[in-house]
Amino acid sequence: MQFLSFLISGLSLGSVYALIALGYTMVYGIAKMLNFAHGDVIMVGAYLIYVVSTMQGLPIWVGFLASVVGCTVLGMVIERLAYKPLRGAQSLAVLITAIGVSYFLQNAALLIFGSSPKSFTSVISKKPLSLFDGALVISWEAILTMIVSIFIMIALTVFINKSKQGKAMRAVSEDRDAAQLMGINVNRTITLTFAIGSALAAVAGILLCSSYPTLTPYTGAMPGIKAFTAAVFGGIGSIPGAMLGGVLIGIIQMLANGYISTQLSDAIVFAVLIIVLLVKPTGLLGKKINEKV
Amino acid sequence: MNEKAIKLLGGKRPKDKNSWITVSIVVALFAVIEIIKSTGHISNLLSGLLVPICMYITLAVSLNLVVGILGELSLGHAGFMCVGAYSSALFSLVTKDAIPMTWLRFTIAFLIGGLVAAVFGLLIGIPVLRLKGDYLAIVTLAFGEIIKNLVTILHLGVDKNGIHFSTESIAALHLEEDGTVLIKGALGITGVPKSSTFEIGFIIVMITLLVSLNLVNSAKGRAIMAIRDNRIAAESVGINITTYKLFVFSLSAFFAGLAGVLYSHNLATLTANTNNFGYNMSISILLLVVLGGVGSIRGSVIAAIILTALPELLRGLSDYRMLIYSILLIVIMLFNASPKLVALRERFSLKKMLKRKKDNKKEVRADG
Amino acid sequence: MANEKNDGSRLVPYPSGALVPERDVDKTPILETRHLGIDFGGLTAVDDFSLTIGRTEIAGLIGPNGAGKTTVFNLLTNVYQPTRGDILLDGYSTAGKTTAQVNRMGIARTFQNIRLFDKMSVIDNVKVGLNSSTKESFFACMTHLFGYHKAEKLVHEEALKLLDFMHMTDVAYDEAGSLPYGAQRRLEIIRALATKPGLLLLDEPAAGMNPSETAELMENIRKIRDTFQIAVMLIEHDMNLVMGICEGICVLNYGKVIAKGSPDEIKQNPVVIEAYLGKKSESARHRSIAYQPDEGGADDAEG
Repeated sequence: MQFLSFLISGLSLGSVYALIALGYTMVYGIAKMLNFAHGDVIMVGAYLIYVVSTMQGLPIWVGFLASVVGCTVLGMVIERLAYKPLRGAQSLAVLITAIGVSYFLQNAALLIFGSSPKSFTSVISKKPLSLFDGALVISWEAILTMIVSIFIMIALTVFINKSKQGKAMRAVSEDRDAAQLMGINVNRTITLTFAIGSALAAVAGILLCSSYPTLTPYTGAMPGIKAFTAAVFGGIGSIPGAMLGGVLIGIIQMLANGYISTQLSDAIVFAVLIIVLLVKPTGLLGKKINEKV
Repeated sequence: MNEKAIKLLGGKRPKDKNSWITVSIVVALFAVIEIIKSTGHISNLLSGLLVPICMYITLAVSLNLVVGILGELSLGHAGFMCVGAYSSALFSLVTKDAIPMTWLRFTIAFLIGGLVAAVFGLLIGIPVLRLKGDYLAIVTLAFGEIIKNLVTILHLGVDKNGIHFSTESIAALHLEEDGTVLIKGALGITGVPKSSTFEIGFIIVMITLLVSLNLVNSAKGRAIMAIRDNRIAAESVGINITTYKLFVFSLSAFFAGLAGVLYSHNLATLTANTNNFGYNMSISILLLVVLGGVGSIRGSVIAAIILTALPELLRGLSDYRMLIYSILLIVIMLFNASPKLVALRERFSLKKMLKRKKDNKKEVRADG
Repeated sequence: MANEKNDGSRLVPYPSGALVPERDVDKTPILETRHLGIDFGGLTAVDDFSLTIGRTEIAGLIGPNGAGKTTVFNLLTNVYQPTRGDILLDGYSTAGKTTAQVNRMGIARTFQNIRLFDKMSVIDNVKVGLNSSTKESFFACMTHLFGYHKAEKLVHEEALKLLDFMHMTDVAYDEAGSLPYGAQRRLEIIRALATKPGLLLLDEPAAGMNPSETAELMENIRKIRDTFQIAVMLIEHDMNLVMGICEGICVLNYGKVIAKGSPDEIKQNPVVIEAYLGKKSESARHRSIAYQPDEGGADDAEG
């Protein structure tokens, strides 16, 4: 029973990671860059709903909408201002710029909201679900997180595989030049990818802060790193890989938390990542790249 | 250039001259600061920055060996610094009374810190260096985090029964009455002698700098850069990639360890957190390397000096300084790396304009 | 030149039955491959590749595009580990060795798509080639002490000598990536020679060269063989070059050897003509494998 409880909280955390990892992996697949600022978009999303719903007292759904729309716009603006001029530049330069954006978001939030943690009001105000005479307690947040995540993942998969825009995204990530020659608007596709990734990050931020209700300017940093880990774990650039990686990392973290040590759970997650990469150097579902001589 | 002229050069390449300029800059700066110090005109703020500046120079130069010279992205450099800091701090704490001579104790502490870090570099390097690019970056980041994480939960104590350690708490050490706690988990190590001085920092910087510059301008340095420029070609001329990669990785870890020793002997309490030994620190070091110019040792030195001093000197701007710093960072990167801006800059660069004029003249002559 | 070449360059059988130039017949072959083959995920790229190369032979490996020629080079240098068969270099098997080890055993190569150390100077490229034969330790390199400067001077002189051999001293301090195409190919050959090989593999050395550059290259290849007394094996599409300087030629198609022999034999081999020009048609019968109308050029070189 204890195991089941850890597993469920792991699944819930893992699906949040998966949502964030999707943003990392889609951007990596299409723009070939590690968007280190992605984690901080989560934090912005959480602050937005906090401002609208907790501070202004507007209904939750208004806050939710504001957060998703706000992050989508933010993602597109960041892409336009900071990353687009660097298209074709060295990957290290893009990485550093992303770090600069991350610092910017953190420090802007620090200036606006201060460093003291804000207590985040959960989007659900229901008592936890108690099963088997209280032997298994599941929070509604965890259930909501899983449902929302599953829904989003299915929708995203359908979008990527069926829609015209989704196919364009796949084409650009496969071969940017060829896609351009086929008449695909590469710039618009990349912007769209950032928009989707940031919207997912906003949702992830709201869900994450509903389960772990403290909000600081650095809230997004560690989940960001973990989700990045998850994306690499699953094979960066692969969408099913990000989902699988996110869920697995969440479960491993919660099981390590429960059975081994709370303080060591981060180290265990990273150790598992290292072992997986040493056995499968491009992640679980990543493509093997052959170098031509 | 004819053959005779090359022989006259005696194999001296422009790079050798560059090295001397870099070393001269550092020595001159040291001399200037020593003079200011002796006249007593140094502010508290600046004197507090001297050791950190030496530490950051060492870290930036050593990471540049991996990122710029070997061409591999490492995001776990702070981990090696952490290992060096803790191992040497532990040594100094234990031998504080046994070895009264500070210079001897501190020298041994540096050797221990550097070597332990180098061993970690080697142990981590063996499995991870076959990964490439972003995968190597994430694995080094993961190792750095693991090291930091393990250090935060480590408790270590000693009593007449020997050494005890635990990952739980001080109580779990089960020490006898006479026992002393050396490492207190998240509370870290206290009571390490504050032996770090600017002069010692300068010596460490010089060692790091001279060894790095020598290496870059040597046969092995050429082989390392060959691996960076074209791995397959390097293999085809008989260069054992693994040996060279491991060598650079552990040498870089050694220097990071030295920087860690400087760090740990400059504090009253040594603790590990995200900002000193975690990925934030690793990224800060990487920033120095990139802003100074990937592969440019002199650039790393200058970037380390400016960027360490700058945020402190901008303290007057209080809350806005980090925001300004981040905007500056983005703008500098865009200005330096954006293909369009680089092209624009080249069009208006004076050097190029002069050269173009010359070329035009040549063409005219050829036509005639 | 023609006379030098003529003495002993007639192909005669080894005791094993393989053909090598007459002058190499009493020496052990530099390279011997036996039934070499490699599969890529069920697809056989090279199969049953058996070849013997004499100590000072210039051998050609030709075949239509996609025949597996570069794959053979990659097998010989252990970039790919063979699925089947053995490679004997100077009598020693290279199985399980790394590319770097195979180079130190005596095979050096150039690449079809030039692979220089672009950002380094020309002379540094050569010095990297000299790397494995120099005695400088890591410690000496870090300190510039312990005989470092003496060793470095030797390396420098040797690099200059090699550059002089191919007339490249005047660009010694230029950036390798900024050289014109032909010079980059030459530099790649010098770099390979710097590793002191017994067998030099050249992958399309004349690609992108004009006729006069190609003629110079042919001279250079002969000069390399004569000066260093090593074997050269080259992949090339320029039939004038192949027929002009190679003593033995091996023709590959669909990963299999379809013909071996002297240039004259290859030129007249109907299987080879078919592989190059498709099923025999009237027009194909009239055109020879050499493509070019002036076959005389190739024949002249034979003396």
